[in-house]
Amino acid sequence: MNHAKKAASFIANEARTDWHDQALWFVREKRDRAAHAIPEWEALRELASQIKAHTLSNLDIYLEQFEKQALKNGAHVHWAIDAEEHNHIVHRILQKHQVRHVVKSKSMLTEECHLNPFLEQQGIEVIDTDLGERIIQLREEPPSHIVLPAIHLKKEDVGALFHEKLNSEKGATDPKYLTEAARQHLRSKFLNAQAAITGVNFAVAETGSLVVCTNEGNADMGVHLAPVQIHCMGLEKIIPRQADLGVFTRLLARSATGQPITVYTSHHQQAKVGGEMYIVIVDNGRSEHLGRADFRNALKCIRCGACMNTCPVYRRSGGHSYGSTIPGPIGSILAPGLDLEQNSDLPFASTLCGSCSDVCPVKIDIHEQLYRWRQVIAQEGHLTRVKKWSMATAGKVLASPGPYDFTGKMARTALNLLPRFALYNGLNEWGKERELPQVPKERFREWYKRVRGVGNE
Amino acid sequence: MKIALFIPCYVDQFYPQTGIATLELLEKLGCRVEYPMAQTCCGQPLANAGCEEDALPVYQHFTEVFGGYDYIVAPSGSCTYHVRHHYGVIEQTETVRRIRERTLDLTEFLLDVLKINQLGASFPHRVGLHQGCHGLRGLRLGKGSERTGEDFSKIKTLLQMVEGLELMDLDRPDECCGFGGTFAINEAAVSVKMGKDRISDHLRHSVEVVTGGDMSCLMHLEGIIRRQGHPLKVMHLAEILNSTL
Repeated sequence: MNHAKKAASFIANEARTDWHDQALWFVREKRDRAAHAIPEWEALRELASQIKAHTLSNLDIYLEQFEKQALKNGAHVHWAIDAEEHNHIVHRILQKHQVRHVVKSKSMLTEECHLNPFLEQQGIEVIDTDLGERIIQLREEPPSHIVLPAIHLKKEDVGALFHEKLNSEKGATDPKYLTEAARQHLRSKFLNAQAAITGVNFAVAETGSLVVCTNEGNADMGVHLAPVQIHCMGLEKIIPRQADLGVFTRLLARSATGQPITVYTSHHQQAKVGGEMYIVIVDNGRSEHLGRADFRNALKCIRCGACMNTCPVYRRSGGHSYGSTIPGPIGSILAPGLDLEQNSDLPFASTLCGSCSDVCPVKIDIHEQLYRWRQVIAQEGHLTRVKKWSMATAGKVLASPGPYDFTGKMARTALNLLPRFALYNGLNEWGKERELPQVPKERFREWYKRVRGVGNE
Repeated sequence: MKIALFIPCYVDQFYPQTGIATLELLEKLGCRVEYPMAQTCCGQPLANAGCEEDALPVYQHFTEVFGGYDYIVAPSGSCTYHVRHHYGVIEQTETVRRIRERTLDLTEFLLDVLKINQLGASFPHRVGLHQGCHGLRGLRLGKGSERTGEDFSKIKTLLQMVEGLELMDLDRPDECCGFGGTFAINEAAVSVKMGKDRISDHLRHSVEVVTGGDMSCLMHLEGIIRRQGHPLKVMHLAEILNSTL
């Protein structure tokens, strides 16, 4: 299994795994303090969940309302059925304005669509301006977290990278110094950009306006400086009214990083004087996902990343172990919808502990969906034959007491009689780092029969 | 009141002392308990592996065995959770609905049905509580650290009734141990790392005995403890509640 292998190699460096785990646990604890300071937190989650449920059930209406309002505001609105169409639309807009240099602020959607490599192939320079995004762009690797894209890197790694790419001092690790180096580097990129691309956190149907939440102000800076602004959004980003927005902004930053609100909450409604504003609304499998009753709720996600920070598996395996644009618990229920075979390991990369569902600000039943995806994966034949066979056999054994008694006895006898080298070998995944349970003299049922006489049949 | 004891398959096979303690404890509290001999398993190991279809006959068997009781009590939050929350896929007859309502974890039965407020138990040791996830977040036996609102824990309420028991605080009071059924095998590296981290937390806080409502978590932790030779013991909650040391 893919995730298991990558996770094992991540864990091979135990000190670094501990550091990664603790860095994210720190964020989870910050989130707890922020959430616990809001007496109506659980009610707020419920409200947000219901607003999203309502919106998803009326998505066609709200999308059209949004488009109508946005057009009225003077924006251009494009619809993309998939990633390819999205990339072509963005490219055509850039061509129309003869753009060679683009700055982009954090957008998981454009990651999902692989926009950067596409535009680079067309000879267009795309610079990610979020610090974490810029770091991983320079390293030519995908984000390992949706809010903290470079959380897998230590400041020493960043120092070495900046020394190589930005000519900063060798061996520098002071975050302030490194941030300053990035600022100086990005400043010229901002000033040269002919277009700015942003992601979208919320699109308000009632007003046709877009809301982008950042901590660094890079989305605003890009949009303010470049004549052309392009906002790329998944079609599930819609919320009905401006009045609904506060529910989500209260939840988003607290869930994401434990901040009461992001440093910048920018509202884009119309192009600046002499500029052009484009909105690209992307489906890319979302409407198909909407049709899956058991999994529809996943589209409520507001991309806060809280499920990653809390996930004990994610914290110890790193975002890259998931091999999908969106890692962690939410990624593991979204990715199978995009490609079941490719991502069939992800719903199993969980203990089903349920912490993800309890931190989720929009109450997505993440662990239940993981459980249900497992059923779909088995039904569609993506389990290994050995596993499928052993589970089918177990089903027969456990469905009646006779075979259960017999098999249990065999197993306990084997554990008792077999020498250590036969029990603990490469085939015994349990036994590599754990002892097997000790076999008792008699099992419970034997004790019960002996001490209490024959039981109730 | 007709009470059935459901002893999960792996408890039956490997941890009879947990089953015995559960039975003795219930009897001590005045319950007449039957142990239906035809019982096997709740089917969770199969369903969690994605093979719910193969588990359906196991579900049917469970409902046949336990159909005639007022309460089905199990020393396991996880198996109880499975019956209550995942038996929705079989036909919801009156019996099935009743079973899903009346299958209780031992802690729920003691506090919500018997409404006990004393135990007469004593266990003079430093104890660390490992909260099984299915009990905590599935059955809501306590308030998980993710959720806001009034703090409560049914297991802690019970442990506080035990004389001499010193319940130790942990840095992460309700993080998963990494067992997760077939996860323990399929994702052995992560599973073991999670277990090791839980054990370190207990060791840092001078715990002598790790307890919990699910022997499956404890089996996993015990496997690591024994391999690494740590001075820690694991005991199911029922054994502590039944102790008169």
